[in-house]
Amino acid sequence: MNVSCTVNGRAQVAEGVWEGESLLYMLREHLGLYGSKNACEQGECGSCSVYLGGTLVCACLVLAGQAQGKEIITVEGLARGHGLHAVQDAFVEAGAVQCGFCTPGLVVATHDLLQRIPSPSDAQIREALAGNICRCTGYAKIIDAVNLAAGRSRS
Amino acid sequence: MKPRLAEETTSGGRVGDRVRRPDAVQKVRGDFPYSSDLQVDGMLWGATVRSPHPYARIESIDTKAAKAAPGVKAVLTFEDVAGENAYGLEIADQPVLASDVVRYWGEAVALVAAEHPEQARRAADKVKVEYAVLKPVTDPEQALLPKAPKLHPGGNVTRHIKIRHGDQNATAEVVVTGDYEIGMQDQAPLGPESGLAIPDGEGGVDLYIATQWLHIDQKQLAHVLGLEPHEVRLTMAGIGGAFGAREDLSMQAHACMLALKTGRPVKISYSRPESFVGHVHRHPGKLHYEHGATKDGKLVYVKARIVLDGGAYASSSTAVIANASCFAVGPYQCPNATIDGIVAYTNNPPCGAMRGFGSVQNCYAHEAQMDKLAAALTMDPVALRRHNSLETGSALITGQVIDGPVPVAELLRLVHERPLPAPAAKNADLTAMPGGVSNTTHGESVKRGIGYAAGFKNIGYSEGFNDFSTARVRLSVVDGKPRVEVHTAGAEVGQGLVTIQAQIAGTELGVRDVMVLTADTEVGSAGSSSASRQTYITGGAVKAACEAVRERVVALAQSELKSGEGLRLEDENIVGADGNVLVALATLLGEEVIDELRVFRPRKTSPLDPDTGQANAHMQFAFAAHRAVVDVDTELGLVKVVELATAQDVGKAINPQAVEGQLEGGAAQGLGLAVMEEIQVQDGVIKNPSFTDYLLPTILDMPPVRMDILELGDPNSPYGLKGVGEPPTISSGPAILAAIRAATGRPVTRVPVRPHDLVL
Repeated sequence: MNVSCTVNGRAQVAEGVWEGESLLYMLREHLGLYGSKNACEQGECGSCSVYLGGTLVCACLVLAGQAQGKEIITVEGLARGHGLHAVQDAFVEAGAVQCGFCTPGLVVATHDLLQRIPSPSDAQIREALAGNICRCTGYAKIIDAVNLAAGRSRS
Repeated sequence: MKPRLAEETTSGGRVGDRVRRPDAVQKVRGDFPYSSDLQVDGMLWGATVRSPHPYARIESIDTKAAKAAPGVKAVLTFEDVAGENAYGLEIADQPVLASDVVRYWGEAVALVAAEHPEQARRAADKVKVEYAVLKPVTDPEQALLPKAPKLHPGGNVTRHIKIRHGDQNATAEVVVTGDYEIGMQDQAPLGPESGLAIPDGEGGVDLYIATQWLHIDQKQLAHVLGLEPHEVRLTMAGIGGAFGAREDLSMQAHACMLALKTGRPVKISYSRPESFVGHVHRHPGKLHYEHGATKDGKLVYVKARIVLDGGAYASSSTAVIANASCFAVGPYQCPNATIDGIVAYTNNPPCGAMRGFGSVQNCYAHEAQMDKLAAALTMDPVALRRHNSLETGSALITGQVIDGPVPVAELLRLVHERPLPAPAAKNADLTAMPGGVSNTTHGESVKRGIGYAAGFKNIGYSEGFNDFSTARVRLSVVDGKPRVEVHTAGAEVGQGLVTIQAQIAGTELGVRDVMVLTADTEVGSAGSSSASRQTYITGGAVKAACEAVRERVVALAQSELKSGEGLRLEDENIVGADGNVLVALATLLGEEVIDELRVFRPRKTSPLDPDTGQANAHMQFAFAAHRAVVDVDTELGLVKVVELATAQDVGKAINPQAVEGQLEGGAAQGLGLAVMEEIQVQDGVIKNPSFTDYLLPTILDMPPVRMDILELGDPNSPYGLKGVGEPPTISSGPAILAAIRAATGRPVTRVPVRPHDLVL
């Protein structure tokens, strides 16, 4: 089947999608957007977090066909032009990136958090990012990055 | 034909600077190509047929139906292994594809390549393997009995380490004993085992891969593929974490075999369940300890029997058991020791390297023993530890005298004197409570506990292993500016090696633009990114190559400027003895390219004496201490770790931000083993091979880590640095266990701690 959707502001048609494929597989293997990562395929690790119709989802838990006619924003679509989005820049600066495999999902989830709550408390940050597993950092510098991005957005 | 790899970007910074990672920009944009992201035109997908039995004889393999399935281009079995069908890091005891017998659940038996990954998986289901099921050996103690079936020709003892130090008949006034059990932990790197093999059309193959050691993969691959090493070329793809899981081969040989057979590029990328059987795990173990001490709290002797379950194949078991034995007493002076460390073959999942490598298992035991001893002596547990701490000039139980800073007592003092976190607040946010948003308590029956632990381990390879790394450094002028290129085969697994290489080159050559080239087998071996060794060993190689480049620059300047002594390279200029700039480096070089290759070796080590375990077996030691504060719901057995405090001597923090990241991330993995992470194996079968059922610490589980980072300077190492990565994972968990014991008053001798261990 073919799936038509808007991805990062561009109209796209994914051709030859098999009915059993996930949105994650479609983004990666049909549309060449490898930024969303495949680490658990069970919605446990959040590495494939994307916006689907404005809602944060794990792309591995969404069937490709469910994206028909919807708007999708992936980690590749957050920054304008060649620069970095404030959340991305904060992750780099805070040292929140080690192996980086969880990073795209955490960047998207943080983007979503700061849209909803511009100045989140420590508990709100932890609650919002509890669905994103990082195996390298122990999360301290991720919390630093969220606070850094929130502070810069305010100022 | 080659896949798109990570950009080779330039970065600057000097040793000691907080440097932004050059690879982080691509990573935050989602533009960093990991091994599971690789693709080229015409690529096939590989899938692996795996044993559903932990122990069985293979009667027959029928590939006909699989070969006829849609999209299938090849189905391979052991008969297609061109070289010797055996590999392994220390002992070549593992087949690439099982031929006559399978020894663990999930062992690879056959391979499929197809146009679509789902076609490959479905065809794999059509490979018919007939098995004669055998009764698996699933308990290492049973495996050691004479009546147990021999799982390998040499029997079931993979290695037995004997340490006989001092008086073997020593007696003591105060004696405590204990039995401890460690569950099987998974490294759980987020990036799955994956890679892309591209046949070169002339019988050779190029493999793009995420691995901890390119050259050991190359050596093993050439052996099993029946090729010369130069016919198997490896290039590093982006690595999504490692922690020991990428030391052994996983899909490397399989992808190469399929690519060579089909003549097309073949990618294999494991699913999470497959990853759980596709790499080795941390050894589970049972440890029996006896500590004897004087009435005033001096250790007299330690006797220990440590039995680790190595699973079906050796992997790095022989080195893990050496560590577990050599550091069995912990960072304490002990004049007499009798240690038996045994690792056995079973039909459980194979175990091997994971961060901490043998020193994690024994730390739970020796630290519980120290607390028990303190209680028997009515001494403060920290005071007892400080009273017995190793110092510079102390002899280990292997007889090795430690030189350089040994600040064990100081590390314990630092974590002990750090202010404690505030008591649990009334009406605290649920996420701060044991049980979290499950809303199981608002503070009722919650008790706080505080615990301490210290640990240590070796840095680099031990027991006479030929430890070295290779670096090539090239200085030229690009766009009118000096440019340094650093080329090593060192694996950037997330720890920040790419940053450190650039910092070292920037420091030694005073050049701002340093480019770290993609790691591959075109340059000599770097050894593995393990044993906390890369900053020391590959960092040492980069430093040595830079020094050679600098000498040539100065010689060139002397020749060109017809100047004598005292010239030096400083801030991209040649400076005279009086400090005046004589010529810009770019002007001096012009078209000239200065290219130097160096091999760096740390000081040598010696094999352990087989009867006594005595030797100077280790090159460097790193120490850490932790304090844990926990809240335990004593009715439900739920634990909330409130805070971790740590102190660690890193010698010299090359990149302080990266050092902090290692201390925080390593502590999280220690917390995982202490309170939640366990691969549950029943009758040889993994019951929880997914992130739904294998619990990893989330941001809600991980408390703040308060840190004291000491830079005491090792006189033997480059810049005085010490390996950093593993000590945080050693004593963090044992400190949490001590805190749980303090909160509950229960002995708690098994990790991970389960609710029923605390209430039933």
